[in-house]
Amino acid sequence: MKVSVQTEDFDLGAECVAIARGRTDIGAVTSFVGLVRDANDGAGVAKMTLEHYPGMTEKSLTEIVEQARGRWEVLDATVIHRVGELKPGDNIVLVVVASAHRGDALKACEFIMDYLKTRAPFWKKEETSEGGRWVGARESDDESAARWKT
Amino acid sequence: MNVKILYFAGLREALGQSAEQLALPAGVGSVGQLHDHLAARGGAWQALATTKNLRVAVNQEMASMQTPLQDGDEIAFFPPVTGG
Repeated sequence: MKVSVQTEDFDLGAECVAIARGRTDIGAVTSFVGLVRDANDGAGVAKMTLEHYPGMTEKSLTEIVEQARGRWEVLDATVIHRVGELKPGDNIVLVVVASAHRGDALKACEFIMDYLKTRAPFWKKEETSEGGRWVGARESDDESAARWKT
Repeated sequence: MNVKILYFAGLREALGQSAEQLALPAGVGSVGQLHDHLAARGGAWQALATTKNLRVAVNQEMASMQTPLQDGDEIAFFPPVTGG
């Protein structure tokens, strides 16, 4: 498992290749990439700053991946989340999951993103034409995470 | 009993500080009691009471207002998370 909170960009292709390198038991690799949009809630976004809680962030991401491993057959997973100043078009987050079969890899990838959005201590502040504003939590994100409760 | 308190994101900006060390007064033994003690400072500190869906972590684990406090704890108050 690889969990990283970093200011540097990541390489989707390189991470997808790295997770399966040297292994022959992996039959499926899924990935999700989140990017900075140029507009949110009706205002143009010029840039965004990602704040986090060092220490808790890494623990929280590791726990989320462990929960996914408990629910599906996950052979390996990578989660990279960027922090600091980002511009529209920049990568924010990457989740890569490797499994024997696609069902496990697809579901685990979606689960990790849903839980990351509602549990990992990151906060976004947008710079818009109307000034800086902290992004509010969305009810739809809570609903997405709640789907996985069984 | 001494604790470390952290504030993040919009709450950190509203309070004008990101961290403090505090000797807990008598009668403050839970997260909820600490929250009320801090909010009672008045002024900007009322942000603790007015932040919608305020979240709290104790020693980097999500906690609730009922969570008891111990000497050396790290308590963090913050708004709902918005990463991803």
